[in-house]
Amino acid sequence: MSFDKTVLIKPIFKENPIALQILGICSALAVTTQMKTALVMALAVTFVTALSNMSVSLIRHHIPAAIRIIVQMTIIASLVIVADQILKAFLFDVSKQLSVYVGLIITNCIVMGRAEAYAMKNGVWMSFFDGLGNGVGYGVILIVVSFLRELLGAGSIMGYPVFKLASEGGWYTPNGLMLLAPSAFFLIGFIVWIIRTFDKSQIEEENS
Amino acid sequence: MFEHYLGLIVKPIFMENLALSMFLGMCTFLALSKKVETAMGLGIAVIVVQAITVPVNNLIYHYVLQEGAWSWAGAPELDLSFLGLISYIGVIAAMVQILEMILDKYVPALYNALGIFLPLITVNCAILGGSLFMVERDYTFGESVAYGVGSGFGWALAIVILAGIREKMNYSNVPKGLRGLGITYIVVGLMAIVFMSFSGIQL
Repeated sequence: MSFDKTVLIKPIFKENPIALQILGICSALAVTTQMKTALVMALAVTFVTALSNMSVSLIRHHIPAAIRIIVQMTIIASLVIVADQILKAFLFDVSKQLSVYVGLIITNCIVMGRAEAYAMKNGVWMSFFDGLGNGVGYGVILIVVSFLRELLGAGSIMGYPVFKLASEGGWYTPNGLMLLAPSAFFLIGFIVWIIRTFDKSQIEEENS
Repeated sequence: MFEHYLGLIVKPIFMENLALSMFLGMCTFLALSKKVETAMGLGIAVIVVQAITVPVNNLIYHYVLQEGAWSWAGAPELDLSFLGLISYIGVIAAMVQILEMILDKYVPALYNALGIFLPLITVNCAILGGSLFMVERDYTFGESVAYGVGSGFGWALAIVILAGIREKMNYSNVPKGLRGLGITYIVVGLMAIVFMSFSGIQL
């Protein structure tokens, strides 16, 4: 078996699911107020994407084309239930904070999109790595966004204070907007801009 | 009593908008908001599906999955709530399919208008999200009807507004790297700020 590294690396920068393919944005924005939740979410999504890609690819010759969406959905939903139960058992606090967003991995278009676009056509191991790469690509954006939001919004990283807050006699006045919904949109917009400044091939011709 | 239900309808439209403050249904929200017409069609489809699936999932949760739901059958300790996710998504997929068939038979005009959007709704996280919020907040059946209608309407409103802005944006000169996806995110961010101004209102 020849192993193609690009399958793993391409989705991280070149074809990032969030920045280029418009997949899986819903949860990407909601869980990024803290780095801890973002990290857990990234791990959960990577786990589900990699394993669902692998399972779909394993049985891809046996799935009738007419009902493939339902079959994929069932596999994904079962994996998400596993992830959800594991989080509830071992990381209860974080799973409470993630609230419905763990369940929403089911409808996360990354998982579904990769199963449909890649795993249905490719071998088991390549699908596994494709899922892994896409999960990590998703995670990278999540971690960058949550790093900025937590640092600027609460002056801390992973819950440890970095900037001394003005309310505790320090110098940093936290920017409350960073913890609210709009800042997440702005940050991802700017990340897309930065990526496209370096990689001109991603620029869209149309204005809107 | 009436005010309580009115609050449940109005709150998810302005204060807790599914798209702009909960980030739900973003994929379709960004991908299909280039024209007001398509946005409107999708918005109506979401309202209809949301208004049906949230109450149905409410019934399923209360009479099948919840702990103690099977006590009449002699199994009061049976707790099936871990099966929640898979049953909600199944209900949503089935509902969308049934709705498609009914519309095709009785209201072909609407079916043709919604046509391609209905199947897309199954994977719209706003729909599943609505059901999950309903379970998390422990709504009764009546409350879940109000919440379903309100949240669907809020999502539809947001996508139509965004489509209107993007149509106007065709005439402006956007920096190269920001064109397309980048500027759309920033517009949505500005819209989210606008909707935040409602958040101080108490009902």
